[in-house]
Amino acid sequence: MKVAVFVTCLNDTMFPGTGTAVVRLLRRLGVDVEFPTGQTCCGQMHVNTGYVAEAVPIVRTFVDAFAGYDAVVAPSGSCVASVRHQHQLVAHRSGDTRLAREVATLSPRVYELSEFLVDVLGVVDVGAYFPHRVTLHPTCHSRRLLGVGDRPERLLHAVRGLTLVDLPEAEECCGFGGTFALKNPDVSVAMGSDKARHVREAGAEVLVAGDNSCLMHIGGLLTRERAGIRAMHLAEVLASTEPGA
Amino acid sequence: MSPATFLGMPPFPVAAREALANSQQRGNLRNATHTIRAKRAGVVGEVEDWEQLRRAGAAIKDDVLGNLDGYLEQLESSLTLAGATVHWARDASEANRIVIDIARRHHVDEVVKVKSMVTGEIELNAALEAAGISAWETDLAELIVQLGDDLPSHILVPAIHRNRSEVREIFLREMGKVGKPAEVDLTDDPADLAGAARRHLREKFLRAKVAVSGANFAVADTGTLVVVESEGNGRMCLTLPEVLVSIVGIEKIVPTWTDLEVFLQLLPRSSTGERMNPYTSTWTGVTPGDGPQEVHVVLLDNGRTSVLADEVGRQALRCIRCSACLNVCPVYERTGGRAYGSVYPGPIGAILTPMLRGIGTDAATDSLPYASSLCGACFEVCPVLIDIPEVLVHLREKVVDAHRGRMPGTVAMAMTGASWLLTNARRLAALQAVTGVSGRVLGRRGRIGPMPAPLNRWTDARDAPTPPRESFRGWWARTDGGRGDRGAGRDGREGR
Repeated sequence: MKVAVFVTCLNDTMFPGTGTAVVRLLRRLGVDVEFPTGQTCCGQMHVNTGYVAEAVPIVRTFVDAFAGYDAVVAPSGSCVASVRHQHQLVAHRSGDTRLAREVATLSPRVYELSEFLVDVLGVVDVGAYFPHRVTLHPTCHSRRLLGVGDRPERLLHAVRGLTLVDLPEAEECCGFGGTFALKNPDVSVAMGSDKARHVREAGAEVLVAGDNSCLMHIGGLLTRERAGIRAMHLAEVLASTEPGA
Repeated sequence: MSPATFLGMPPFPVAAREALANSQQRGNLRNATHTIRAKRAGVVGEVEDWEQLRRAGAAIKDDVLGNLDGYLEQLESSLTLAGATVHWARDASEANRIVIDIARRHHVDEVVKVKSMVTGEIELNAALEAAGISAWETDLAELIVQLGDDLPSHILVPAIHRNRSEVREIFLREMGKVGKPAEVDLTDDPADLAGAARRHLREKFLRAKVAVSGANFAVADTGTLVVVESEGNGRMCLTLPEVLVSIVGIEKIVPTWTDLEVFLQLLPRSSTGERMNPYTSTWTGVTPGDGPQEVHVVLLDNGRTSVLADEVGRQALRCIRCSACLNVCPVYERTGGRAYGSVYPGPIGAILTPMLRGIGTDAATDSLPYASSLCGACFEVCPVLIDIPEVLVHLREKVVDAHRGRMPGTVAMAMTGASWLLTNARRLAALQAVTGVSGRVLGRRGRIGPMPAPLNRWTDARDAPTPPRESFRGWWARTDGGRGDRGAGRDGREGR
């Protein structure tokens, strides 16, 4: 099986540690993951802000980069949801029937990390070690658009040393929302500070999620408050191993 | 004193900022939405075939919307056969004119009203007042809003932003000016407040010759109108006066009584979190010797046919005004309804208002499709499966397209630039070379604190991460995908 990582533009540019964690994790599980260097972005920011025409060339770049792979895995529920639910719309709007056909065959082969691990590889215990108290923010797009369900929890439960504590009102949106965070900064922060309060109430050292966009928002509020709680991507927790292992 | 109006409200982000600072309202809304949210989840969870009911509700409405011309003609002839007079209104002013004419023909200077969203939409009360006719709201929450010269902030509980001590003050101050005053020793006990409202309203019920209502449903094959309410005030209005005028949006049709069965299960559980609705009134034209002897039905378009013409947006016409989407919305919970500048607030308002009013005409309307983080909680609870996030994104595209050709703003230029960068990996890599340099410069600071505009939109309240020294792409190229890197790409930064 030829597997590619879609690292996403945000992780590529701002959070490369998440991308390298995906590579380490998948190699450890015997998957020789490749990074097609032509890749850029899923185009969600453009679609969700109303710039569908501007998203067309981005979707085309995505299809060109990944068409030759059996499976594409991305450390972002939100970007995968965009691929699965929006690329068809963008292709349709472009009037390019070839693009529409390519999107239709590629989209179902694109997986969010926890889906890929649990459904494609069939593993729950990935051999990770992470001796910390962790709470999980189940991101809206992973939960509502992809339906990842309890896959992230199951993966975390199997990590040695890790204590998973409940996050109050976990299913509430953190308020990031892409350009919503900039177009409606006051509401976004009001939502985020309630989320940050719940994270503090959970009594965890580490906040984990499957999307660095949400984490950048909640984490930015937590560090501003000097809360002493780290925000970490699920991939980085799952990639962690015992020193010397 | 003319009734409060939504006209001239500022765009959502501005109105929201003001609302967020209202601590009393924040507390009231949080309590109210969380209580009703839990109640709804409880009673919906009991219904094993809830998903099938939702699909059935959506299918019935889609059938109606797809064959609206035929159903409307059927409704008109059933109503006429049952003794009702049918009027057609293209827009708000036509509908208001019809009601005013009927009131004048009966020489009345007042009407009693059943709670109705559509009369709020067409601002009937203001139109009646301008014609010298008082419109008395008889729903408890609508009465609170009207007496307080306030605007509604919720579809189902329009005074949700008020608590009981505020209600007591409003009753004491205002009731005497327009009718029977509240007793001077009125307490803020809910039963006491309801008693004061009941006594105040009773004289209006008994005196009124003309009543105005909306309708939750209009059954096409029998010509029956249905009003679903919780207080019994609706039934008073629908039975006591001699003349009844009902304003009905053309999308309110259901084909038959059998179809009502689906909605009378979906609606109370979704809206008040009740298993069954307390007062369900149905009437079919005129019943000789019983109830109003002159029955008028105004079938209203007011933008609905243009919503119907929108392939993606037309699903909003399935809405049965339950307000479940408001109660679960994290944005609504914090801003309240008045920030949406419309009688239809919350997620459904953010799609319905711009479609009814038209996009590209004013900044406030165009801001509404952006008043959402697209979390999807609304779609999850909608009893008629309106994919609100899908319609929001669709309308954002329409907003952007409506402004194409005008002077591009900052966002438009940023989006064009970002599209150019993100279409080609080499361009993205060039950008990352710049962020890498800034990462080396800023690296020691760890986090980026408050910055000047426009970056302050992020950094006023949130730290921003410092860019890494090396992008993932750079690491992959330098280390041959980590094969030449023993440390396997720990970038030395922890956390976000």
